[in-house]
Amino acid sequence: MKEDKKTLERMLRGDLSWEQLKPIIADQKDSNRFDMIIEILQEKLKWKEQIILPLHEHLYIVSKGAKRIVKCDCGYEFGDYKINWKTKCRIRVRDTIEQIEELYPKDMGSDPKWEELREYYCPGCFSLLDVEAVPPGYPVIFNFLPDIDKFYEKWLGRNPPDKG
Amino acid sequence: MESKGIGWDGKSLKEMLEESEKRIEEKKSYYGIERLSLKEENPFKYERAYASLRGALVSARETALHVAASPIVTEIGELCFGLYTPEGDSIAVSTGILVHIHTMSEGIKFMIREGYEEDPTINQGDIFLNNDPQCGNVHTTDVQTLIPIFWEGELIGWAGGVTHQIDIGGITPGHTLVSSIQRFDDGVYYTCRKIGSNDKIWRDHMINAKKAVRSPMYWELDEKCRLAGNLMIRDAVYEFIESEGIDYYKKFIREAIEEGRQILQKRVKERLIPGRYRASSFMDLPMKHQAWVPIARVDRMANHPVEIVVKEDGTFSLSFDGASAGGANAFNCDKGAMEGGQWVLLTQILIYGDKVNDGAYYAVEKDYPLGSWANPGDPYLSYQAPWGNLIPAYTTMMKCLSYGLFARGYREEVVPGYGFTGDSIQGGGVYNAGPLKGERWMLSTFEISGQGLGASAVRDGLNWGYAMWNPESDLGDVETWELFQGGIPYLSRKVKPNIAGYGKYRGGGNYGSVAFIANSEKVEFFAGREGLVFHGSGGMHGGYPNSTSYRLQATNTNLKEIFQNKLDYPISDDDTTNGEFERFLQGDIERKPIGTIYPISLQNYDIIHFSESGGPGYGDPLERKVGSIKQDLDDGLYTSEIVRRVFGVISEFDDTAKEWKIDIEATNKRREVIRNERKEKSMTFEDFWEYERKKITDGSLYEAVKVMYSDSLNLSKKWGKEFKQFWKLSDDFQMEVK
Repeated sequence: MKEDKKTLERMLRGDLSWEQLKPIIADQKDSNRFDMIIEILQEKLKWKEQIILPLHEHLYIVSKGAKRIVKCDCGYEFGDYKINWKTKCRIRVRDTIEQIEELYPKDMGSDPKWEELREYYCPGCFSLLDVEAVPPGYPVIFNFLPDIDKFYEKWLGRNPPDKG
Repeated sequence: MESKGIGWDGKSLKEMLEESEKRIEEKKSYYGIERLSLKEENPFKYERAYASLRGALVSARETALHVAASPIVTEIGELCFGLYTPEGDSIAVSTGILVHIHTMSEGIKFMIREGYEEDPTINQGDIFLNNDPQCGNVHTTDVQTLIPIFWEGELIGWAGGVTHQIDIGGITPGHTLVSSIQRFDDGVYYTCRKIGSNDKIWRDHMINAKKAVRSPMYWELDEKCRLAGNLMIRDAVYEFIESEGIDYYKKFIREAIEEGRQILQKRVKERLIPGRYRASSFMDLPMKHQAWVPIARVDRMANHPVEIVVKEDGTFSLSFDGASAGGANAFNCDKGAMEGGQWVLLTQILIYGDKVNDGAYYAVEKDYPLGSWANPGDPYLSYQAPWGNLIPAYTTMMKCLSYGLFARGYREEVVPGYGFTGDSIQGGGVYNAGPLKGERWMLSTFEISGQGLGASAVRDGLNWGYAMWNPESDLGDVETWELFQGGIPYLSRKVKPNIAGYGKYRGGGNYGSVAFIANSEKVEFFAGREGLVFHGSGGMHGGYPNSTSYRLQATNTNLKEIFQNKLDYPISDDDTTNGEFERFLQGDIERKPIGTIYPISLQNYDIIHFSESGGPGYGDPLERKVGSIKQDLDDGLYTSEIVRRVFGVISEFDDTAKEWKIDIEATNKRREVIRNERKEKSMTFEDFWEYERKKITDGSLYEAVKVMYSDSLNLSKKWGKEFKQFWKLSDDFQMEVK
């Protein structure tokens, strides 16, 4: 199924009903989707750097000079995409019962002796970018490290946007 | 004189298996196949052939399930059938509980490797039974029947069927026993045993088997159900061969598997991004104050780190390197369980709707570290409730692949995780009144088949209608459960608020139920689910995990008087700080923050509360549309206080209109307050690093957490090295444990 740009824009805004979304989920995928989504996202952004890969609801790997960096839609730059962007965040640790029970009813959240909540915020806009539920002392998890060159060159059959 | 093998062209099955494995290794394709010649030459015939086998398997399942009597099989559909090559690779599968399609493959291969061809021999009409996790099963409660299929003296394949039992004769009644700590607690074991010939189950086997479980009627009918399905599959294979010819059949079954392998590679290239994906989940085993046997009286926490590397050719590796150790508990997983789990995830995320067979299995490299909960390497441990680790652990795979799906633009496919198909209240008792007086009833509610699904990147998660691990996404009818567990009738089943994981898109919500003991004696009750940790790997991109489980029960109650006087009784536990149990009941009311409890005794008019799992959320909750929040409130999915605290939405119930109203201005102010709190209460990564590192070095971690780290550090040099590098610890750092 080939979705038009307008439909995809509505999907990204969360405006499609289940009846509209279901065929998009169930049908064959449109092979042009990647490029269409990047086009839509690029138009929305207030900054000019070229998106290389959408990484997150708010974060993008973009081309900045000779570098590939992670950038928030608010404009905050997290630096080299090969370094976990979470290590550039502002972080709140919820490791007491009181802090857990600010969010979850009694007995319906973790026991902080066993597991704490870590909230990762963008230092620019303070959007909540990630929540980790991990035991105290667990290393920060680096969720996704894409192989950008392999993706573009071997799978899409073209150079990445920053390599012409 | 050397006897002729029962395989193709006089080969033994062992020779066939060795040749198959050699070709796969050398050519990196199934059986060394280089082109799908049958599909290329006549795609219509090829597709029709596959559809006919697939149709026969589905038909066999749909017919056979009516032979069974257990509601777990008939209502929830906990059965499936598969057709296998002579070497044991699955060609096509029915609908149903797909975790077992690859597990039966391992069972067949076990028999081949162990020389069953010579002793006890494999003949037309033989029937084999298997439920041993050491040779391709998840836990003893899943029972497999396997039959060989011969054509003109050659073994040309196997048919296999599996059903989930209500009881397996373990240390306590039930199907997923949390108090089992060694193999000898797990219930009756059948390790690929011949139990029949000439298409008939031997009488001595059936007599023994029925005495080995607490639900003999269900056992007998389940056995007949599996055999009936297998015989239907065998007939369908004969019809296929009569129509297409044996040569076509032999070539077709191998090409269909190779196509399954190729499909996975193509799908990976279509949907994902090459690279490295990681996520971790955890599980609590709070046994210190519960276990009956001294060695098991410890609190433990399981570490489920997953790394997926998607490669240039579309294959990928899946590693649990860094997993913590197995031990004296029921949550150990053997290879069959892990591979079955991987299979379920693949069929749900990537290879649904096409050639679903063992081809996909061959496109994935696996690493289940020896000594870990994912491969303890000790056959004498218990493998009775591997789901305790398996279910949360594989949420990581779903989350990992979702990062790729998102980056590729397929946001509608993103799912950070699924609800825990657990909290299966279990046990049973004996009727002491009524027409069934003296009869045993089994408590095996399979409401676990209706869980909340995680949110996607473009919509909310499905409420109470998803089960990653079970075939029918259905809570089941209360009336049906009460038919076979009449000693514990429901007082209510209603939507329970605040279960759904928070986010821009919330996870699926779910129900809570209240039930009481009636007309019974000798009642045992237990349950298993996370409680002290959040389920799975949590939310994604700012979404929160769904709420944890807890236990609530009331004993020595005045429920009998309440009924006689027609007074209010508890039908929910919507407010855990001011609950209906406390307000309406007199008696001993016990709340525990844990989800997994050992069996306790209950008496008539004792009451339990239980609830199913929600799904994790996606995105920042402050970005959730206020219209969606209003709907959540109207649907009872969240309370106004949680909505205020988490989503920053101020609401009030309109008694006249009987609906919730949102105060937009107050909401905007509240959301600003939360944003400011984020600034005030957060710290830089450098401060965070110092703060967290101290927890490692000052010895203050809880013992279960320390042991988890110690296990992972000892079992994996790689995981240990990264851990030490992250916290800048010395190379010889060890976690001190008692």
